[in-house]
Amino acid sequence: MEKKESEYWRWKEYNWKSPELNWEDFEIITAGVDIGSVSSQAVVMGDGELFAYSNMRTGSDSPESARNAMDWALKDTGMSLDKIRYVVGTGYGRVNVPFANKAITEIACHARGANWMYGPSVRTVLDMGGQDCKAIRCDERGKVTAFLMNDKCAAGTGRGMEVFADLLGVHIQDIGELSFEIDEEPPEVSSTCVVFAKAEASQLLREGWPKNKVIAAYCAAMAHRVFTLIERLGMEKEFAITGGIAKNVGVVKRIERELKIEALKTEKDTQIAGAVGGALFGKTLVEKGKG
Amino acid sequence: MKANYGYKDGSGEYFITIDTDKCNCCEECVKVCPAGVLEMVPNDFDIEADDMPAVTEKERWKIKYTCAPCKPVDKESTPPCIEACKEDAIEHSW
Repeated sequence: MEKKESEYWRWKEYNWKSPELNWEDFEIITAGVDIGSVSSQAVVMGDGELFAYSNMRTGSDSPESARNAMDWALKDTGMSLDKIRYVVGTGYGRVNVPFANKAITEIACHARGANWMYGPSVRTVLDMGGQDCKAIRCDERGKVTAFLMNDKCAAGTGRGMEVFADLLGVHIQDIGELSFEIDEEPPEVSSTCVVFAKAEASQLLREGWPKNKVIAAYCAAMAHRVFTLIERLGMEKEFAITGGIAKNVGVVKRIERELKIEALKTEKDTQIAGAVGGALFGKTLVEKGKG
Repeated sequence: MKANYGYKDGSGEYFITIDTDKCNCCEECVKVCPAGVLEMVPNDFDIEADDMPAVTEKERWKIKYTCAPCKPVDKESTPPCIEACKEDAIEHSW
């Protein structure tokens, strides 16, 4: 019998360090720490270039999560925290970053991060986070011109996807691909509610829906939910997605289908956009003599 | 910048929009709101700017109910926050 795995939702935590750059060559070293409701990232940048980062699960204690993320990002870099000129805290737990010089809302940071990640042509950013989703419009410098946050519930967010992965016994990173292994697009499920997902999904499975069809329906429902956010804010080209859900091709492709526009693609890690934005704000603040 | 705070649920869309380009940070809207829905917060979008009004985090997901007593029954009158704003920077979506 196959060994039962119980943690399908668990995504891999990781850290990264630039193989070429050396911290001693930098003039201004800044950092951004994004403490989200589900995941936390620490990003270290030297003169605006990505030097090192980490991505891990947020624990029950925000200050501790911030410290852990930063320690892990700095691991093997040969650099210590005191070399960082300016640290910006962002995200849901931004006021709980003990070593931060300033807290900046994640909306501003994600726009700035998306500008860095996808280039200056980005005008509309969708940040799909762990427990909320934000639609942001920005100018060519990554400065926010309008935003809309819908934080009433966690439906159609990263955490919702985690619950769903567990429920169906599918690894979270496989959901996107599996959602296309279907004969035709299923009708939409009535709710993306995290609480009702279990009841609804088991109902569909009982009715004889194959697992992949249920996954497809859920991805489509999630895409539709964020589509209405963008519809309200207004869409301007180019369009980009940041946050964990940007890695779920099943949701991304369906959002593109609804919006009738392709999202910009990047080789970079979409989950660090907020922390990158924070680090870049830190650099600006230092340069303006406010650091 | 147009800042939209609120939510959409099965019953409709409830958003308060604050246009920070029009807003002169006079704080009148915060003062006249009987329910404490608005507060002045640091402007993270423009570090040089003054504090700006925003919907408090606590109220963001229930303004349909909190703002209900101020919603006029006739078409002529407007809620106090909108009335108080000389710059026409505040809008309600419902």
